[in-house]
Amino acid sequence: MSAIPGAIGPSLQGSPQRRRNELAVRAVLTAAAVVSVFISAGIVVSLIFEAITFVTQIEIADLFAAGWFPRRGMFSIPTVLAGTLIVTGIAMLIATPIGLLSAIYLSEYAAPRTRSIVKPILEILAGIPSVVLGFFALVWIGPNIVQAFFGAPTPFSLAAAGIGVGILAIPLVASVSEDAMRAVPSGLREASYGLGARRLTTSIRVVVPAAISGIVAALILAVSRAIGETMVVAVAAGATGGSLFTTDPFGQGTTLTAAMAALATGSDQVVGDGAAFLSLFFLGFVLFVMTMALNVIGDVFVRRTRQRY
Amino acid sequence: MSTPQSVVAPVIHGSLTRSRPDVIGGIFSVILLLSLLFSLAVLGILISDQLSRGMPVFAERGVDFLTSSLSSNPAKAGVLQGLIGTALLAVMVALFAFPIGILTAVYLEEYASANLLTRFIDINIRNLAGVPSVVYGLLGLAIFVAAFSTLGIGNGRNIITGGLTLAVLILPLVIITSAEAIRAVPNALREGGYGLGASRWQVVRGLVLPSAVPGILTGTVLSLSRALGETAPLIVAGAVLGSFSNGGSIGELFGGSYTALPVIVYDWARKPQDEFRALTSAAIIVLLVVTFLANAFAIILRNRYDRRW
Repeated sequence: MSAIPGAIGPSLQGSPQRRRNELAVRAVLTAAAVVSVFISAGIVVSLIFEAITFVTQIEIADLFAAGWFPRRGMFSIPTVLAGTLIVTGIAMLIATPIGLLSAIYLSEYAAPRTRSIVKPILEILAGIPSVVLGFFALVWIGPNIVQAFFGAPTPFSLAAAGIGVGILAIPLVASVSEDAMRAVPSGLREASYGLGARRLTTSIRVVVPAAISGIVAALILAVSRAIGETMVVAVAAGATGGSLFTTDPFGQGTTLTAAMAALATGSDQVVGDGAAFLSLFFLGFVLFVMTMALNVIGDVFVRRTRQRY
Repeated sequence: MSTPQSVVAPVIHGSLTRSRPDVIGGIFSVILLLSLLFSLAVLGILISDQLSRGMPVFAERGVDFLTSSLSSNPAKAGVLQGLIGTALLAVMVALFAFPIGILTAVYLEEYASANLLTRFIDINIRNLAGVPSVVYGLLGLAIFVAAFSTLGIGNGRNIITGGLTLAVLILPLVIITSAEAIRAVPNALREGGYGLGASRWQVVRGLVLPSAVPGILTGTVLSLSRALGETAPLIVAGAVLGSFSNGGSIGELFGGSYTALPVIVYDWARKPQDEFRALTSAAIIVLLVVTFLANAFAIILRNRYDRRW
C-alpha cells in the first residue's frame, strides 16, 4: 500500500523540465506583480523626499503667507486648501443629488431596455477628457451660468470650475451607488411591496438605507476624485499666477491641483532646485495624503456592503 | 363565521382597489428622469457647443489643420505634432502597461496563494487606482525624467518618459479589468484542463487566457483611451507647451521635445485671443473623435468576441 503513493507522487510532479518551466513562469508573473509595489514605493519616496527638502528650505511662516505666490516665496497652504474646499463643495452639490437620483432610477425604476440605452450616456460622460470639460466650464458654464446667474466678474471662477468637476464626478457617484443598490437582495423589495408600499417608499425607505454604506463610499470616492481633479480647475479657475487667500466662490482662485499645474507650466517652466520647484512636490504630497486617506475610508465602506449580503 | 367575513371583505376589496392617484410617487419618478436628462443635456450642450465653435476651422482650412505644425500664428497652427505624439504615446503605453498589467492579473487570479504578500499587492493596486493623475506626473518627473537626464539622453523630457508615466498611470486599471475578465472564466474549464494532466501554465495559456481575451481587450483598450485624454501628468512630466520643431529624425522624435493632443488643447485654452478659442474647440473635436474611436473599437471587440457562460 505504502509503495503506491511513493510511486504516484513523483510521476504526478511531472518531468524536471516541466517543473522548471512552471517555476520560471511563476517567477516572471511574480516579478510583474511586484512592479506595482515599486510604483507605490517610488511615489511615496519621491514625494516625501522632495517635500522634506522643501520644508527645510523655507521658513515655516511662508506656509501661512497672505497668498499663494510661489515665485515670490509665498506658499500659503490655507489659500490652496480653501480653494480646493470650495471647488470640491460645489462639485459635490452637483454630483450628489444628480448622481444618487440617477442611481435610484437605474437600479429601481428603469426597465432593462431603458437601462441599456441610458447607461452608455453616463459612460460617455465619464470618458470625456477632463481638459475638454475644463474648456467647456470656461467658455460655456462660466458666462452662461456663473456670470449670468451669480454675477461673477469674469468667466474664470472657482464656481465654474466646481460645476465642471461636479459633472465629471456624476458618473462615479451614479455607478458606485447603483452597484450598491443592485446588491440589495430583491427579498427586501418584495417584502416591502408585500406590505403594500409603493415604489417610492420602497426605494427611499428600504433600498437606500440597505445600500447606505455603498452610497457613502460613492460620495467619499467622489470627494477624493474632486480634490485630485486638475485640468478643469487649471483651465477654468483663473489665477494662474497665484492668488491671495479667498473664500469667494465667484471670484478667481487656485487649488492644490491648479497650483501644481501652474507651477509645471509657468512662464519659466519649473527647473532647478528652487523652492518654487520643490513646492510642486510638497503640494503633491499633501494631495496624495488627502486622497489616500479618503480612498482607504471609502474602501472600508465598499467592503462593508459586500460583506452584508 | 360567514357574517364577519361578509363585513370585512368589501372593506379589504375597497382598499386594495382604491385608485387614488399616487401624486408624490409620480413627481418623484419625474425628478429621477430629470436627473438623468441632466447628464444627457450636459453631454448634448458640450458637444454641440464645441462643434459650433470648432467646425468653422475645419470648413476654412480642411485637412490643413491636421497636417500643420504648432505655431504662434493662429492662421497656420495645426495639431500634427499632437496627433503624432498621442499615437506614439498610445504605442508606448500599450507596450509597457499591457504585458505587465495582464501578467500581474494572471498572477493574482491564477497563481497567488492567499497569503500576506498577495493581499498587500491587491490592496496596493486598489490604492494606486485612486491616486490623482497629477501625482503620477510627479513620479514621472522625479524618477523617469531624472533617470533619463542622468543617463545623458537630452534633458529627459522626451516622449519615452511621457509614455512610461502614462503607462504607470493606467497600470492599476489594466490589472483590475484584466483580473475581472480572468475571474469570469468558469472553473470547470480549468478543472477540465488539470484533469487531462495539463500544468498550471498550460491551463492558463491554452484555456483561461483565450477565454478571457474579449474582456481583457475591452478593459485594456478602455484604459488606453483614458490615457490618451490625460493632460496633467504629461505637463508635469515635461510635455512642451507652445510651439517647437522636430528635426524629423527618429532620434529627435523619441529623444526631443514632444506634445500630445490634450496638451495642445490646454495650451491653446490658456491663450486669450479669439482665434485660438476656435482652434481649441477644433482640437477638442479631434481629441474627442480619437477617444470615441478607441472606445468604439473596444465595444466592437467586446461584441465580436463576447461569450456567455
